[in-house]
Amino acid sequence: MSRFLLRRVPQAIIVLFGVVTLAFLLTHVVPGDPARLIAGPNASAATVASIHHELGLDRSLAYQYGKFLLGLLHFDLGTSFALQNTPVSTAILRALPVSAALAVLGVLWEAVLGIPVGIIAAYRPGKLADRATTLASLVGLSAPPFWVGLLLLYLLAFKFNLFPLSGYEAPFINYLILPSFTLGLGGAAWYARLTRTNMLEALRSPYVQMARAKGMPERVVLLRHCLRNVLSPLLTMLGMDLGYFLGGVVVIESVFGLPGVGKLTFDAIGTLDVPMITGAVLFAAFFIVVMNLLVDLAYALVDPRVRR
Amino acid sequence: MTAPPIVTTPAPSGETVATEPAGMRRVLRSLRHDKPALISIVVLVLLALAAILAPLLASHPPLQTYPEGLAANGAPIGPGHGFPLGTDPNGRDVLARLLYGARVSLVIGILANGLATVLGVLVGLTAGYLGGWVETVLMRLTDVVMSFPILLFCIALISVTGPSERNVVIVIALIYWTTLARIIRSQVLSLREREFVVAARTMGLSHWRVMRRHLFPHLVPTIIVYATLGVASSILIEASLSFLGVGVPVPTPSWGQMIEQGKEYFQIAPWLLFAPGVCLILTVLAFNLAGDWLRDLLDPTAPERR
Repeated sequence: MSRFLLRRVPQAIIVLFGVVTLAFLLTHVVPGDPARLIAGPNASAATVASIHHELGLDRSLAYQYGKFLLGLLHFDLGTSFALQNTPVSTAILRALPVSAALAVLGVLWEAVLGIPVGIIAAYRPGKLADRATTLASLVGLSAPPFWVGLLLLYLLAFKFNLFPLSGYEAPFINYLILPSFTLGLGGAAWYARLTRTNMLEALRSPYVQMARAKGMPERVVLLRHCLRNVLSPLLTMLGMDLGYFLGGVVVIESVFGLPGVGKLTFDAIGTLDVPMITGAVLFAAFFIVVMNLLVDLAYALVDPRVRR
Repeated sequence: MTAPPIVTTPAPSGETVATEPAGMRRVLRSLRHDKPALISIVVLVLLALAAILAPLLASHPPLQTYPEGLAANGAPIGPGHGFPLGTDPNGRDVLARLLYGARVSLVIGILANGLATVLGVLVGLTAGYLGGWVETVLMRLTDVVMSFPILLFCIALISVTGPSERNVVIVIALIYWTTLARIIRSQVLSLREREFVVAARTMGLSHWRVMRRHLFPHLVPTIIVYATLGVASSILIEASLSFLGVGVPVPTPSWGQMIEQGKEYFQIAPWLLFAPGVCLILTVLAFNLAGDWLRDLLDPTAPERR
């Protein structure tokens, strides 16, 4: 196990370092001048230059990169250009609870909707239930989430008044059900497909034939013998999804007007708030890398074969 | 499933190589058995025709705003009244914009994914075949790019480079090559130990020639499958970007952007939401179904791709 850790943890750190560098390069090297955007279209060259100086954009790229890295060492992501004097990390942490709640609920929907559907489909492959759920999950995979969200808003919030239209006030759960459902739907479709495929594969394996030969009822074979083996990879993938969602789901947050990290990033992009964009992208990538690492570790704990 | 059995020789590592080329007869026979695939291909052909013939099919130009296309209170008018699918909030013909929007979706989806496929194959093939430090660097790079949230990466990059069709294509390609690179690399890893590759290398062929003439042909089935499935995802990303206002710039019609413009009016003009949304779902669904069918036909062991 320690050998596995020794190999996997440095690898994650290298990837994180690459993420930091790439995120910095993306937002600093590509054309586009935030100073000009802040100064406005009619500003004089002198004004733009002074803003440049104020933001530290007149220093060399290497200097800016070094400063950025040093800041990261004490969790300093810099100060927002647009929101005066607000540290990027403060702004992100303020928006995090909304995104976290959305992410957790979204992953729950994925599991609750997707896995049972996959099991039902695998129960009698090729029969009506299988074909219907297979088609439904393909439609779910093909539907753009923002459109599904708007459709749900139209039907459930506007036509039938079951949910609030948009925003985020107490009781928060009312404002989270539709967004998290929308978020989970696409993933649920994918998990349904994956569960079905893996179940069918497990159903062909020798231990299942053995269980059947012993006269186990099909339901027990399906739920006790197959599902256990199918479930563990699915759980790890749900963990990765959680990491992915924690970084903010821009589209969902924008459709439902939720003040999460995704919305924050999107607003920052409108004003070319470079430190905020870099910070938010890094933050999202950080969650993905860390969750991937945790998932790998959990996997190694459960399955000794992975440790090698 | 219903597809006829495919003659394959499993390699020791588990990857398969079709021993017989996908002849036209086999393709047609499999299509006859796979109704969803047949329908999806018909849909794709119709869609391509609609996109190509947009100027002939549309009764109005897509960018023209019509004063008579708005009600007295300035609201868009519904289907009928001279506009087959109604008008949008600017008084433009929705049908015309849908047809021209098909061009945008298809062209961007196919170009972006084509570029991503080329990148993915190049990286995967080089990493898998050369191995050593080249492989380490390329695969770490893949890990890094995979760690970026796709949409956020695209938005951030486009916001600094400015929205345009070209930038959307480049940005999608830049984030989307990674999965294919990994799959190709793992296939090459097992292929390069096979006798014919070892023989080719022993004969002193250049690396480039071994990759191009001896490895690449074995990767073609996988590439075709993922290239088809990838178009679906690329179209969805383009639509999301356009929906967020960082995709195809106005006034060029694109489905995502049409949904965005319609969303303020969905309470009084739901067709603004339904029309482009249904087009989007049908297109993406057709590409997904076609990709699934190709997978069954060409490369049954290919892993699921999200």
